Amino acid sequence: MSAIFLLVVGLGAMAVGYFVYSKFIAEKIYQLDPDFKTPAHEFEDGIDYVPTNRFILWGHHFTSVAGAAPIVGPAIAVIWGWAPAFLWVVFGTIFFAGIHDFGAIWASVRNKAKSVGALTGDVVGKRARSIFMIVIFLVLLMVNAVFAVVIAGLMMNFPSAVVPVWGAIIVALIIGQMIYRRIMSLAVVSVIGVVALYVLIGIGPSMPIQMPAEVAGMSGNAIWILILFGYAAIASLLPVWMLLQPRDYINGLQLFIGLLILYGALVLLNPTLVAPAFNSDVPAGTPSLIPLLFVTIACGAISGFHGLVSSGTTSKQLNKETDARFVGYFGAVGEGMLALAAILAATAGFATLGDWQAMYTSFGQGGVNAFVQGGAFIIHNGLGLPEVTAATLLTVMAALFAGTTMDTGLRLQRYIFQEWGDIYNQQWMKKPAIATGLAVASCLLLAFGAGGADGSGGLIIWPLFGTTNQLLAGLTLLVITVMLVRMRRPMWYTLAPLCFLLVMTILALLIQLRTFWNQGNMFLLVLDIVVLVAAIMVAMECASALKRSRAEMAAQGD
Amino acid sequence: MHDDPGNGSSTRRDKVRAWLDQARFFTEEVYSSRYRGAIARARRDEDDLFMLLVFSEMMGLQNPASYYTLELQPLLLERFHDWHTRMGMEHSPLDHFRCC
Repeated sequence: MSAIFLLVVGLGAMAVGYFVYSKFIAEKIYQLDPDFKTPAHEFEDGIDYVPTNRFILWGHHFTSVAGAAPIVGPAIAVIWGWAPAFLWVVFGTIFFAGIHDFGAIWASVRNKAKSVGALTGDVVGKRARSIFMIVIFLVLLMVNAVFAVVIAGLMMNFPSAVVPVWGAIIVALIIGQMIYRRIMSLAVVSVIGVVALYVLIGIGPSMPIQMPAEVAGMSGNAIWILILFGYAAIASLLPVWMLLQPRDYINGLQLFIGLLILYGALVLLNPTLVAPAFNSDVPAGTPSLIPLLFVTIACGAISGFHGLVSSGTTSKQLNKETDARFVGYFGAVGEGMLALAAILAATAGFATLGDWQAMYTSFGQGGVNAFVQGGAFIIHNGLGLPEVTAATLLTVMAALFAGTTMDTGLRLQRYIFQEWGDIYNQQWMKKPAIATGLAVASCLLLAFGAGGADGSGGLIIWPLFGTTNQLLAGLTLLVITVMLVRMRRPMWYTLAPLCFLLVMTILALLIQLRTFWNQGNMFLLVLDIVVLVAAIMVAMECASALKRSRAEMAAQGD
Repeated sequence: MHDDPGNGSSTRRDKVRAWLDQARFFTEEVYSSRYRGAIARARRDEDDLFMLLVFSEMMGLQNPASYYTLELQPLLLERFHDWHTRMGMEHSPLDHFRCC
């Protein structure tokens, strides 16, 4: 099948979702009011609460939620064929992610811009809030460990990207100083930054840096993981203007340029999808499509992480309540487009079916490497860029995203440790360096505990990361549903996705439990049980909160 | 009335300038708005520290420098004695800081 056809169908469906379904939800279910005084106006302080133009806010929201996850997940999931991944991304974006992200902004705006965590405590109950904290910690732990493994893998497989990836950090540091000290105007700096990044991508292939297979008794992969955590620990302790802010800015520009290049090349080349629609010949050991598909692709279909962004910063800057639809729902559509690009690259970017099968030799293989190779094939044939340069470009895109997520994630994890230090009155734990050390240690334990001493098998936890992410989304949907019940509005538009997510998550955890048991991987078995307990508690919390709210409403109605 | 060609180009220039201003505003907002809060908080912390340093004694906080200069006290005593005798005072003029 032609890739353009699939692209048009996917984008068309998401457009219908935005123009029709989200309009219906905005008018009939969330009932947005253009005259409602949003927290950005009510508590305007020029710092956190600032009414912001909706296009700018969308840009921030989208670049905050888009990371490496919507690339990695779909690129792993196409092992079952392109159709299941495509359908889940498209329908997930329309009926799950859009409603979830949009709803999280709405719920937060209607409650003084509180975060979902605080809202869970207010709307559902204190117990639910504790579960929420645990789930957030698990998500951060897994995201940091998994992304370190992903970047390390990229550095080993694409040595041409080592110079541009680390060079980009130096470029960001210089840009940060230039802007902070007002040496040059932002427009000039932006152009210089992007040009510098692309020059680095251009020279990367001529100066590949290959980590030796073994250094001091450790594999090259493991060394990269250690270097990455060292970097992330330092980066997360630096003031944000120094590295995080310029890096995010350059990444944002690079995201739009990268997506344009990839989509442009796809349209010019119009490759054929070599992968089967449904892969009947999956490699041995591949788990069943249902339910694993729904936790393998989290970001790009629905992701709880978005709720944190929606209710954390976006809701404090929303100018008008009616902007929530554009910012939230269209933000999810943007993420869906990224996931769609990943699916197309990983299924149409190969010359023959044999080449594709050689990439997907087992579950967890392929993944981001397939995205880079497939995408490079498409860019090379569509735009005429040398294949190695195209591969470097896409590797840099994925690695920079994962890197930014890592140092943000580590920063958030540090805050959690510091908060625990505060709650349990442990002064030593409140020190930034020590809290960061604890965060790094817990992530390293997971990265090496899950994948063995060389750290190469860490992607086994990818579906486990998906399950915790979906649980977080479930809790956010629960908050929205309870609010809708109390307002006597239809609840099925959020309750149906919530039930679906919980069933799939629990099934996936049970299946993985058996796999880990059979493999004798006690570490992951214990982790799986922890997540499973959290999932069951979330499910019970949902049932009791909804029953309680409905009973309250019935009592009031009499 | 007829359009003055000079006028036409100046309005065009104004339009371009307004557009560039708008573009600059947008890029600057894109760069700064996401981290405005974090940076403002860091600046506020620095300001707090500066205030405590400058007004520490007024707030009844000990100057942290006095702890580190404790070992200089023998030198101080000698110099203090020199000072008050040079100034024509036989004894220390301070009640809480006695000398000979």
